[in-house]
Amino acid sequence: MRRIISMLMENEPGALSRVVGLFSQRGYNIETLNVAPTDDATLSRLTLTTVGTDLHIEKLTKQLNKLVDVVKLVDLTEGAHIERDMMLIKIRATGAAREEVKRVTDIFRGQIVDVSPNVYTIQLSGTSDKLDSFVAAMAEADILEVVRSGVAGISRGEKVLSL
Amino acid sequence: MELLSGGEMIARALEDEGVEYIFGYPGGAVLHIYDALFKDCKVPHILVRHEQAATHAADGYARATGKPGVVLVTSGPGATNAITGIATAYMDSVPMLVLSGQVQSHLIGEDAFQETDMIGISRPIVKHSFMVKRTEDLPQMIKKAFYIASTGRPGPVVIDIPKDLTRPDEKFEYNYPKNVKMRSYSPAQRGHTGQIKKAAKMLLAAKRPMIYAGGGVIQGDGSELLTQLARELNYPVTNTLMGLGAYPGSDRQFLGMLGMHGLYEANMAMHHSDCILAVGARFDDRVTNTVDKFCPGAKVIHIDIDPATISKIVMADIPIVGPVQSVLTELLGQVTLLRKKDSSLPDESALDRWWQQIEEWRSAHGLFTGRRYGQSDLIMPQQVIESLYRVTDGDAYVTSDVGQHQMFAAQYYPFDEPRRWINSGGLGTMGFGLPAAMGVKLAFPDMEVACVTGEGSIQMNIQELSTCNQYKTAVKIINLRNNYLGMVKQWQDMQYEGRYAMSTYEDSLPDFVKLMEAYGHVGIQVDKLDDLEGAMKEAFALKDKLVFLDVIIDPMEHVYPMHIAPNGSMKDMWLSKNERT
Repeated sequence: MRRIISMLMENEPGALSRVVGLFSQRGYNIETLNVAPTDDATLSRLTLTTVGTDLHIEKLTKQLNKLVDVVKLVDLTEGAHIERDMMLIKIRATGAAREEVKRVTDIFRGQIVDVSPNVYTIQLSGTSDKLDSFVAAMAEADILEVVRSGVAGISRGEKVLSL
Repeated sequence: MELLSGGEMIARALEDEGVEYIFGYPGGAVLHIYDALFKDCKVPHILVRHEQAATHAADGYARATGKPGVVLVTSGPGATNAITGIATAYMDSVPMLVLSGQVQSHLIGEDAFQETDMIGISRPIVKHSFMVKRTEDLPQMIKKAFYIASTGRPGPVVIDIPKDLTRPDEKFEYNYPKNVKMRSYSPAQRGHTGQIKKAAKMLLAAKRPMIYAGGGVIQGDGSELLTQLARELNYPVTNTLMGLGAYPGSDRQFLGMLGMHGLYEANMAMHHSDCILAVGARFDDRVTNTVDKFCPGAKVIHIDIDPATISKIVMADIPIVGPVQSVLTELLGQVTLLRKKDSSLPDESALDRWWQQIEEWRSAHGLFTGRRYGQSDLIMPQQVIESLYRVTDGDAYVTSDVGQHQMFAAQYYPFDEPRRWINSGGLGTMGFGLPAAMGVKLAFPDMEVACVTGEGSIQMNIQELSTCNQYKTAVKIINLRNNYLGMVKQWQDMQYEGRYAMSTYEDSLPDFVKLMEAYGHVGIQVDKLDDLEGAMKEAFALKDKLVFLDVIIDPMEHVYPMHIAPNGSMKDMWLSKNERT
């Protein structure tokens, strides 16, 4: 089952490599990874998605929690949560395709953020599924480049991941 | 307010921390530190002959004393040489601080001379590591490193120190903190009372109980409490390879080591048990054999300081995270309370039947003594360990290397006290024994320290004989010499139809007696059983000398019992070359 694991870690050199290293060391895969500082400059928020059975994920979160740099950790998929993945996608848009690309972008509530005579650059955010669907809907078009941020997530309601 | 350079801070911090020895080897990147140590530091430095030995010596010191071992090495090859020793300490949860030199800050990343990414290389085998960025952070960082290394589940911590941060002309305020607190690191201080109550109930309801205690009991100084609990309940105890000495080895309730080369009665009792109290043990693959077939009828109570160890391999019915001392104290209290309320607990008649069964197993296949195969008059390896036990009155510190000799020592030298048996259990590091023995002997100069080894292992760190000469560390080396890499040969005998691929030295072994003389020590060779005890006594009578006892043993002997793998359970064992369960 797909899991979104989110953690606060010390904003120290080497902290990220400890987290990432643990996955290969213990035989887990990271599907997406997103990391950036928070409002507290001493902390980074790292969110990753991975796939595993309940038992696997329990073992994994225990190992992650053991890392000295990991301050707090939550498996967002255990409760109601919001997840967002952001994509920038460059699509060749000439002739009849130009209108079609714009139309599909509107349907997905994406934005065209850069325009050149032959190319649209589109920004789209949402769940990973939504982004996947957009890419699928563009199958006929000529996709030049795709870049995705990886999933960032947060719990719904009062629940917060903070110190 | 005192102003110190980075190098001086390190020297002073080690003093302030009460460090007894630094094990190390100088080099370019740590010269400022060595100069500071030379000028003003009360902590003696032991100069090894190879950095791997520095880590093993610090490791042996740490296991014997319970205090963190301290290592100082230079950058590049100094650091990489230390890696095997750090991994050894990591696998066996040994507290250790490794200070490694690094090239100057502005050269990092430029492939400078003797540069290596120590933080990166050591990452998977340390409990934590620090890269020093500012000299003034050193005292705090060193304090944190000691705190992390020695609390919770102990382990090695690396501090990587760029050379420029230790230069003598840049001085900063020095304040060694008394305590540290870290928001991201707080090991459990006590177990969950509700869980402990449940555990007490389950333990008292058991009809075929087993106490399975590992190295965590020793590391957590829980041996006395464990012994008290076992005696109060009259429950049988088995120890892992790492746990030997956690329960008195010569006690009636002790069934010996369990696992791949565990005793028949220990493995049988585990397999047939209905309730296993696992304390500071981690269900290692050398213990469980095939996990799916592990102790099918047993409920498991698992006590450990490390939550990641619990239910990692075998699901615990009652997990308890906490330090062994506090959890066992509380468990003992609960057990006493429950027995006051209901004096029929535990079920005495069931326990009697259980002990009867265990005694039957014990008498059917106890430890083998004597000659097993053929009529040769070669000394059997087991006889050497028995002789060592007699001559040292079972009161020595015994270190070992890795292989058959290690298993024979574990089986035939019952340890009555914790911290006496010092071996590389998790990583299985050949070359561990001699430097570890040095570390132990330096910690306890008045105690007998024996290193049980083989001619394969001893040659992996034999250069330390020179260190032993320099510091007069009079350890006794008991070399079980069969002229083979014995454990490799055993597997080749059992699984590869006796094809001894690269497990013999042909005629290339050195004359160990002459070699010892060259290093300033004493070598004695024995090849007759009648001479063994005399030579052993002679070795230990030479109080101030390192003595190497080169004992020629029967090369055909195997270590038994031995788990049958793959697909075997705890109770599936080879008991000799032609006998199995």
